[in-house]
Amino acid sequence: MEKVKILEIKQSVFASNDREADEVRRQLKEKGVFLLNLMSSPGSGKTTTLRRTIEALKDEMRIGVMEADIDSDVDAKAIAETGAKSIQLHTGGMCHLDADMTRQGLEGLGLEDVDLAILENVGNLVCPAEFDTGAVKNAMILSVPEGHDKPLKYPLMFTVCDVVLVNKIDVMPYFDFDMEKCKEYIRMRNPEAKVIPICARTGEGIDQWADWLRTQVAAWKNPDKQ
Amino acid sequence: MHELGIVFHIIRSVEEVGRQNGVKRVNAVTLELGEVSGVLEDYLQDCWNWAAARSDMLRGARLQVETIPAKTLCEDCGLVYPTVAHGRTCPGCGSGHTHLIQGNETMIRDITVPEEEEAESKETPSPDTL
Repeated sequence: MEKVKILEIKQSVFASNDREADEVRRQLKEKGVFLLNLMSSPGSGKTTTLRRTIEALKDEMRIGVMEADIDSDVDAKAIAETGAKSIQLHTGGMCHLDADMTRQGLEGLGLEDVDLAILENVGNLVCPAEFDTGAVKNAMILSVPEGHDKPLKYPLMFTVCDVVLVNKIDVMPYFDFDMEKCKEYIRMRNPEAKVIPICARTGEGIDQWADWLRTQVAAWKNPDKQ
Repeated sequence: MHELGIVFHIIRSVEEVGRQNGVKRVNAVTLELGEVSGVLEDYLQDCWNWAAARSDMLRGARLQVETIPAKTLCEDCGLVYPTVAHGRTCPGCGSGHTHLIQGNETMIRDITVPEEEEAESKETPSPDTL
């Protein structure tokens, strides 16, 4: 038998990622760039919501978008049509982005001419919630057809989000979606989360969402004025 | 699928600790994994075998997993019960005011490394030493 010794580590699996995420935030702060991590299921309307968000804010701040997908560049093309700077990140089969991939993405995007960077994470309600990307705030989109019980089924996602956009409210009459129950379930997981009902297709609720973002970006860039 | 990302982070952390301690090769890594951590050991082992083979320090290292049972505390009646069997509803009083007290861990506990120099200086090799 080979003689062995044991080295104690006692460290969370996520500890190295958390350190890298803090470093990403430090660099963002230094350069005055606000990074939003946007998460959701596939098909909840992330890209459409992003296009509306860019339209609402592009005259007052410089926006850069990182589209993370396992493959393809259809989303980056859709965003490029809005005039915002965008790049496509491929995760190579991984179901989420971590802080190191985000750092590489930000390098690719270039932070010198960006005030608001948005990371469109991989469509998935499980894994992206576990890895801190280094974003300043986390947002998620829950669309009406997915059902109001999602906060119960994916508790961690709703725990890590600062804001939940409930999208596709125009189709509420056709689904058994209870907005009050949805808000109650979100509050059970995260009493601090802000809930904003929107319809990205018609633009309803986008003003309120843009206001929230505007306030957050200003607070990050100029904390003294708040 | 997040098991692959988790394995990359385990390898990164272990390599860092290894470098700090002058370790060249690791025999085994022990993880504490909660029963409801959402990490599947089978997938984790598959990803481990694939990824560890690509690290000079970890090539051939075993991944040992110790499962931490999930327990939930009922805030209304004080009962501690197994989470997997009963979920969020207390089997004692039916209350939903419960919270998980253990079972969500994803902790790298320790690593086992060859004790090369000390083995040479202190021990007389026995006949079956490799």
